[in-house]
Amino acid sequence: MPIQAQYLGMPLSLDDLEVENLAFFKHCAEHDFHLQACADCNLLRYPPTTACPWCMSRDAKWVPVEGKGAVHSYTEVHHAIQPAFKAHTPYLVLLVDLDRQLGKPTEHDALRVVGNLATSDGKLAPPEMVKRVGIGTRVRMVFTDVAPGLALPQWTIDDTAKQPDKPWRYPQE
Amino acid sequence: MPLPADVDTSSPRHLRDKYAIVGVGETTYTRGSGMTTRSLGTWAVRNAILDAGLKPADIDGMLSYQSGDSTFAPFIAGDLGIRLNFYMDVFGGGSSTEALVGIAMGVIEAGMCKTVAIFRAMNGFSQVRIGGTGARSAVPVSSDMLHSRAYGWQSAGQMFSPTFLRHMYDYGTTPAQVAAVRATHSAHASNNPKAYYKKRVSVEDVLASRIICKPLHLLDCCVETDNATAIIVTGADRAKDGRHRPALIRGVAGRVCKPRIDMHYQHGPISTVAGKYAREILWPNAGVGPEDVDVTGSYDAFTFTTMLQLEDYGFCKKGEGGQYVSDGTIRLGGKRPNNTSGGHLCEGYTHGMNMVIENVRQLRHDVDDSCPVGSDGKRKHTYDYKEGGCRQVRDCEVSANLGWAMPGTGSAMVMRRG
Ligand SMILES: [Zn+2]
Ligand SMILES: [Zn+2]
Repeated sequence: MPIQAQYLGMPLSLDDLEVENLAFFKHCAEHDFHLQACADCNLLRYPPTTACPWCMSRDAKWVPVEGKGAVHSYTEVHHAIQPAFKAHTPYLVLLVDLDRQLGKPTEHDALRVVGNLATSDGKLAPPEMVKRVGIGTRVRMVFTDVAPGLALPQWTIDDTAKQPDKPWRYPQE
Repeated sequence: MPLPADVDTSSPRHLRDKYAIVGVGETTYTRGSGMTTRSLGTWAVRNAILDAGLKPADIDGMLSYQSGDSTFAPFIAGDLGIRLNFYMDVFGGGSSTEALVGIAMGVIEAGMCKTVAIFRAMNGFSQVRIGGTGARSAVPVSSDMLHSRAYGWQSAGQMFSPTFLRHMYDYGTTPAQVAAVRATHSAHASNNPKAYYKKRVSVEDVLASRIICKPLHLLDCCVETDNATAIIVTGADRAKDGRHRPALIRGVAGRVCKPRIDMHYQHGPISTVAGKYAREILWPNAGVGPEDVDVTGSYDAFTFTTMLQLEDYGFCKKGEGGQYVSDGTIRLGGKRPNNTSGGHLCEGYTHGMNMVIENVRQLRHDVDDSCPVGSDGKRKHTYDYKEGGCRQVRDCEVSANLGWAMPGTGSAMVMRRG
């Protein structure tokens, strides 16, 4: 089923040819993060693709993956260009190394999953929360419900995890 | 029939110095050109043909690059009375210029045509804004863009910043070191009457300008302008009778990629860019190394892109890019100036071609517009790089252009004075 929805006043859509993306976001809508696992080499991959980037296999199955990891890098946007985000600055776009499959198949590889810093109910984080996050911050996945069959995976500070003494932040606040 | 023994068919190195850039041309770098991209392109190609001392009938190939924001080669050719034996309009922005020079060499080598004009025409301020604001910022988000634009992760600056920040984290690169790129290029632009921004700015000015998205201040970002640029590529044998000394092409690397260039940085280190791979093609093909280069044109969509590429092409040790761009090396009068026109940060935004044009003129020893021309018709350079002064690099023999599409893709070209 194709999806047409609005998020922050921004139109989001997936047509019914988007087989892999529809499956990915359907799991997210159930607040149950899944990635494709290759049927031949068993490696997980992100974002969704038709073939395995490690062995070119076409066969994969969706498997549950724990949404926990650490911030690998980020950008903190102060001047939004998309109208949807202008009321929400500063906002963080986080690139998060999942704990699962970290450093595989080579030491330089990781499942790096994009998301905004959000509150535990999936709303864009307030400025005081943005200031607490940097490279190394431990985060857990939360979801922003958009429409039936579509939720966006997001990240929030993992209060149960041991955090670095001082996550690395760009020196100028 | 067996090939002559001196032809090395196992590598492309026998094309060294076999092709040249013989003409360059541009329009004014402006905001509000008051012209269509078709008109802009026509002016730039015409200027390049005249600069080469050629006639429309001498051009029989044409290449352009664009991203749905420009006109097509056959229109420009028709408007200038050029009959084409070959043309191609390719998709793409930064990193296209050097890649298309390689394609031009290839199609001439294949006997498909003899002389190729390459152009980029764009109203990057008044029509399709390069910074991604305006109409481009409000398009519906669909398909794979749900993994990026739905997060407010869309503009070039936003998309590249994880690489920029991670370089600071991995190597201790400082905001002031990187800001030195803007300060340097602005000093160069102050010696370039064609530059859109001619005012010199300091490192402090850059750091005091507002944050767009960390780590980018406003002055870490390039200018948006309306302009067209063009170059003419032909065989070195034909170049001998040209109006200017040819810029001989030593080697090219075109749109070389890191693994997994889906922009989600699955393969690291993310603080390393495609130059790490491209240099393995560029330097062996060119038969020179970074130490042999007199002037660089490292793409400055952002201050960081200049730094990252100079580092990964081996102009300094990995991790020392911040030092390299801030210790005076890349300044006019330094060991190896970069973007002597002011580049994309100051002269104008053309997705790389103006940096190639500048280096062609450097190799001709005729880069600036302010030094007097002597009775022999040659420019008498003062090599005084004060504001409004000379910008010719002394004894300039070898140049390197390093084009950037994104952290995962880049192109490059080495030229030498013919
Ligand atoms: Zn596989
Ligand atoms: Zn001069």
